[in-house]
Amino acid sequence: MAKHETYLLDRLENEDSHTLSAYEKAGGYTALRTILEEGWTPEQVIEKVKASGLRGRGGAGFPTGLKWSFMPDAEKDPRPRYIAINADESEPGTCKDRVLMERDPHGLIEGILIAAYAMRVSTAYIYVRGEYRFPYDRCFAALAEARKKGWVGANVLGTEFSCEIWMHKGAGAYICGEETGLMESLEGKRGHPRPKPPFPAGFGLWGQPTTVNNVETLFNVPFIINRGPEWFGGMGSEKSKGNILVGISGHVNKPGVYELPLGISAKTILEEFAGGVWKNKQLGSWIPGGSSTGFLPGHMIDLPMDHDSLKEAGSMLGTAAMIMLDEEACVVRAMEVMARFYDHESCGQCSQCREGTEWLHQIFGRIENGRGRMEDIELLTSLANGMAPGKTICALADAAAIPTHSVVRHFTPLLEEHVKKGACPYKTKTLTTAGA
Amino acid sequence: MSESTEAFELPKELVREFDELLTHYPEKQAALIPALHRCQEELGGWISPEIMEALASYLDMEPVEVFGVASFYPMFHLHPTAKHVVGVCHNVSCDLRGATEILERVCRVTGAQPGRASSDGKWFVERLECQGACASAPMFDLDGVYHENLEVGDVDRILGEVN
Repeated sequence: MAKHETYLLDRLENEDSHTLSAYEKAGGYTALRTILEEGWTPEQVIEKVKASGLRGRGGAGFPTGLKWSFMPDAEKDPRPRYIAINADESEPGTCKDRVLMERDPHGLIEGILIAAYAMRVSTAYIYVRGEYRFPYDRCFAALAEARKKGWVGANVLGTEFSCEIWMHKGAGAYICGEETGLMESLEGKRGHPRPKPPFPAGFGLWGQPTTVNNVETLFNVPFIINRGPEWFGGMGSEKSKGNILVGISGHVNKPGVYELPLGISAKTILEEFAGGVWKNKQLGSWIPGGSSTGFLPGHMIDLPMDHDSLKEAGSMLGTAAMIMLDEEACVVRAMEVMARFYDHESCGQCSQCREGTEWLHQIFGRIENGRGRMEDIELLTSLANGMAPGKTICALADAAAIPTHSVVRHFTPLLEEHVKKGACPYKTKTLTTAGA
Repeated sequence: MSESTEAFELPKELVREFDELLTHYPEKQAALIPALHRCQEELGGWISPEIMEALASYLDMEPVEVFGVASFYPMFHLHPTAKHVVGVCHNVSCDLRGATEILERVCRVTGAQPGRASSDGKWFVERLECQGACASAPMFDLDGVYHENLEVGDVDRILGEVN
């Protein structure tokens, strides 16, 4: 097995890794202590994070330090300011933040506190998807411990730094993982994304300066402070630094969440970590970074898993949630499932998305079920072109259009075979869609 | 809304909880979704019109605004469910590993159909979109607890242990 340095999941092996005592025993809260006791300025913290090259782990890969620096100068703009932690993890295939919240919640809390210090924020909200009851409970208990010990709350370590962190539950809507939808939802409204600009750093929660960061992103921060940006930059690829949590699911022998350096080949992940394709079958197709990143054919498995390489291949790193399909799995069926999902999750504000996702769902459904027409293939492309890129308030329409394009680009012969045969050539069981 | 003099009132324990919840936010409405969750958990498994009216009054909102929010989020049931709720994920990672068979088995064992309760009122079955259990697929959520890495045979055993 390929050897590489790890840090993100190392503490998970420790007994009761989710507790404060285990976290402190493993050197927890020393990064925050260093910053406070040595009297770092917030700007120094931001510079360290910038220098590390850390990019957001929620899907977009935006440089974290740069995002933090967008918050207005607190002296000139004394409005209340907030951090919202995006723990809404709901991109199909993605199950990594949950591991951190369940088994190392203090690592997240310390990351939040450092981010709060850097952006002069005194209130942060962890927005957890409602279904994640166990991760919620673990973070809630960890916060209570941290509050009691004085890590969270007023005057941490007797300094002027104060920060309160609250848990907040979502209620099952994928769109609330989009940062402006998340803020609307946190305000107690329908999760309708807001047009940008204004951007959250200027007009976020309750119209105040706000930064939204993903769980895994903030989890990286204490390591960067403790070990330095040079150490962090020594891992990963040229433009994608550090390790990343890769979730691998579908037709593999050992599905799971693995900590891997950015830039590692997808083939290595499949073969050396996930134990290869199950049942001694061949790989038929795969998705590199969650359902929104689309399908690639099995022969394109030797791609480096980083932001730029996958972009060049016409896909995206997304949340590094790999979904593997064996040679007997039907891509059209999998796409029908995904199209149904986007149809279900579209918030309905933009007509291109509201109508487009429903049409995609219907068309993929009828092709898969043997009622497709040859002209449907062109119609899919035309619909996807009408939906994205950049034609709607948020990227949900893009998230449905990208996999649609990928199916037409790489799997048109398979679509045609469905139409000619009047049936799915893989004879997969029809999706039961009756009822709710 | 209702002019009834015997208006439904939120239980005192919940009101105390909500009073504390309000201290987390600069605006009252932010407490709405967490409060809806607590009501659904404590007050019969669904959000009745009476609950919506009571929450609206508590949070200085219009009942229709509360309805607008409650109806947006799939986790809130706006109709009665049953004693136990089984939600089977049918998104792509679970689908690839047999979610259809799991759902069929759940329906057979419970006698319920997706979106409907069993005739004895014990079971409510629903299909769920991705639950973030992709690497431990397939899965279902039984009364708020995940059951993962399922095989069809597990369904009878897990549901059989529920009273």
